[in-house]
Amino acid sequence: MGEGKRSIWVFGDYRNYFQNRVTLQLISRASDLAKAIDATVCVTVFGHGVDEWVWEYTCHGARKIYVCDHEKLKFYSNDIYLHLMEKLVREHRPEILLVGATAFGREFAPRLAKRLKTGLTADCIGLDIGEDGLLVQTAPAFGGNMLTKIVTPVKRPQMATVRPGTFQEIPHDNDAVAEIVRVPLPDDLPGDRVTLVSSVRQPERVQKLEDAAVVVCGGRGMGSRKKFRNLYELARILGGEVGATRPVVYSKWADEEALVGQADKHISPRVLISFGISGAIQHTAGIRDAGFIIAVNKNPHATMMKMADVAIVADANQVCTALIKELRKRIRS
Amino acid sequence: MIVCMKQVPMVSELPWDRKTGLLKREAAEGMMNPACKSALEAALRIKEGHGGHITAITMGPPMAAEILHEALSMGADRCLLVSDPRMAGADTMATSAVLARAIETFCSDFDLVLCGCHTSDSETAQVGPQMGEELGIPSIASVDDLKLTGRRLRVERVSDHFLETLEMDLPGLVTVTTAHYTPRYIPMAGLQDAFREPSILTAGAHDLGMDEAELGLEGSPTRILEVFSSTAGKQNVVLAGTPRKIVEELFERFDDAIGSVIRKDLKAVK
Repeated sequence: MGEGKRSIWVFGDYRNYFQNRVTLQLISRASDLAKAIDATVCVTVFGHGVDEWVWEYTCHGARKIYVCDHEKLKFYSNDIYLHLMEKLVREHRPEILLVGATAFGREFAPRLAKRLKTGLTADCIGLDIGEDGLLVQTAPAFGGNMLTKIVTPVKRPQMATVRPGTFQEIPHDNDAVAEIVRVPLPDDLPGDRVTLVSSVRQPERVQKLEDAAVVVCGGRGMGSRKKFRNLYELARILGGEVGATRPVVYSKWADEEALVGQADKHISPRVLISFGISGAIQHTAGIRDAGFIIAVNKNPHATMMKMADVAIVADANQVCTALIKELRKRIRS
Repeated sequence: MIVCMKQVPMVSELPWDRKTGLLKREAAEGMMNPACKSALEAALRIKEGHGGHITAITMGPPMAAEILHEALSMGADRCLLVSDPRMAGADTMATSAVLARAIETFCSDFDLVLCGCHTSDSETAQVGPQMGEELGIPSIASVDDLKLTGRRLRVERVSDHFLETLEMDLPGLVTVTTAHYTPRYIPMAGLQDAFREPSILTAGAHDLGMDEAELGLEGSPTRILEVFSSTAGKQNVVLAGTPRKIVEELFERFDDAIGSVIRKDLKAVK
C-alpha cells in the first residue's frame, strides 16, 4: 500500500437518475465504513462531459474523484470501462470497491473481479465492517428466503454489488470539497469488441407501489370494503401506497392494481404496515424485500405476525383509525 | 455451440449445513435452472436455422446428470458432466474457471457459448460474464433475443431502462433471459430415450488438468460466514392493549424507524 492511507472506492454509475441514486447511496455507506477502517472515500467517473456528476458526487460525500473524461468514453462500454478500471485499481489498490447492482453494474463487476482475481458478492443488502476489519457483505440467497454473510479474507479489493435503495444518501452539501484527479486516456485503450448499434431510452415505467418507501397493506381482516378505505387515508398521510391481498381484490375492496404477492407485485418498502393479513406464502413472497414491518392482527400466531418487527395484537381497523388520529397530531406541517 | 447449465433445487425451503454454511444439495429435488433452459432453447433455434452442434455442460454432483439427460431430450447433441468432490463449495470465481477449462479441454473449437442469465438459487448472475473473461472472448449479458448473420451475432436486451441492440463477432458468449425463449415441450418418450443413451461424458479435476488450489473452497476468494433465515434478526416486539395505547407505544419506541422514512419528526407534541 504505497500511498499510506486506505481507500474505499465507489464506481460512479450515472447513466440515469436511478443509477445516480444508487451511486449516492453507496458513497453514503462508504463514508460510514471509511470511519471504521480510517479510509478515504473515492469515486470513479468515466464518460464524456461528466463534470456535472463530479460535482454531484462531491456534494454527496466523495472525498477524492478519479475522472476520465473523453469522447471515446461517451457510451457505457464494458470492454473500455473494464480496461480503465482495472488499471486504476491496480495502481491505487483500494481496500473495498462497491458497484451499484444495476444491469450495467451486474455485468461490469463480475468481469472486473475476474480480471483482478478477487472475490465479489452479488446484490448485497447490507455492508458492515467486522471485528477483524473485513467487509461483511450480507446478500440474499434462495429467492430471499435466506441471507448469507460473506467476506473476502485475503484478496483485494473486497468487491460487492449493492442493491439500489439499500442505503440512504447523504444530503446535498454545496460546501463540500473533494480532490479531483484527472486521469488521462490510457495509450493502450482497447477497441470495443461489442458494437452498440442502437440504444433507446425506454419510457420510465410507472411503478408507484413497487417503488414506494412506505406501503400500507390490507387483508380480509380489515372487516369490510368501507373500513378498507381507511387504509388509503393512512397511506396518504404517510406519503405511501396501498397494497392488498388476493381475497381483498376478489371481494372488490381494492383494485387489481394493488395486488401484492408471489405472481403479482413484489414490493420493497422501507416501512410496511400490514393490516389483517394472515401471511399466506402467496402473499409473503411479494413482501420479502420489505424493511421495517409492522403487522396488525387479532391472531398473535399468524405467519405475518412472526415476520414482523412489531406485531400488534388488535383489531386491524381500530389500529388504523388510531394511527391516523395520532399521526395527524404528531405531523404538524 | 456450448450451453452451460446448472441444476437448481426445486423447493425454496432448503437444508443447510450449519457448520460450513453450505447447502446440502443432496437433500433437495433438482431441476434445470429456467434461464439455462432458455439458453438451450436459443441454441436449438440457431441450430435449426443455421445448423451446428450443441454441447451441454454442467458442473455439479453426479445427480446433476439428470439435467443433461433433459438437455439431450430437448435436442442437445452431446453432454459433459464436470464433477469432482473437490469442486464443492466453489464460488463464482472458481466455478467460472472450471467451466472455462472444461470448454477449452473438450470443445475448444466452439463458436458461441450460451448461459442462463442467472440461477434461481443463488441469483448472482456472475458465472457467465466471468467465463467470458476467462475464455478471453467478447460477451454480452442478459440478452432477450439473438440473431446470427454469418459470424456476426446481433442481440437485443433491456439494460437499465435502455433498449439496446448490440453486435459482436464470434466466438463470443451470451447470457440469456427467459423473456423471449420459452423452452420447448419434451414428450415423456423423448425423456425416456435420453436416459437410455449413454452419451454423457464425465470429467473430473484431473481431466481438466486443474489442481486443488484452483478448486472448490480453496479456489474461491469469498467465504461464507453464516447463513440465516431472512426473518432472523427481527426484534418481533409484540404490542397489545387498547388501540390508542398501542399506537402511543409504537410511536414512543419506533418514531425514528418510521419518521426517518417519511422524513417527519414524529416526537410527541409537548
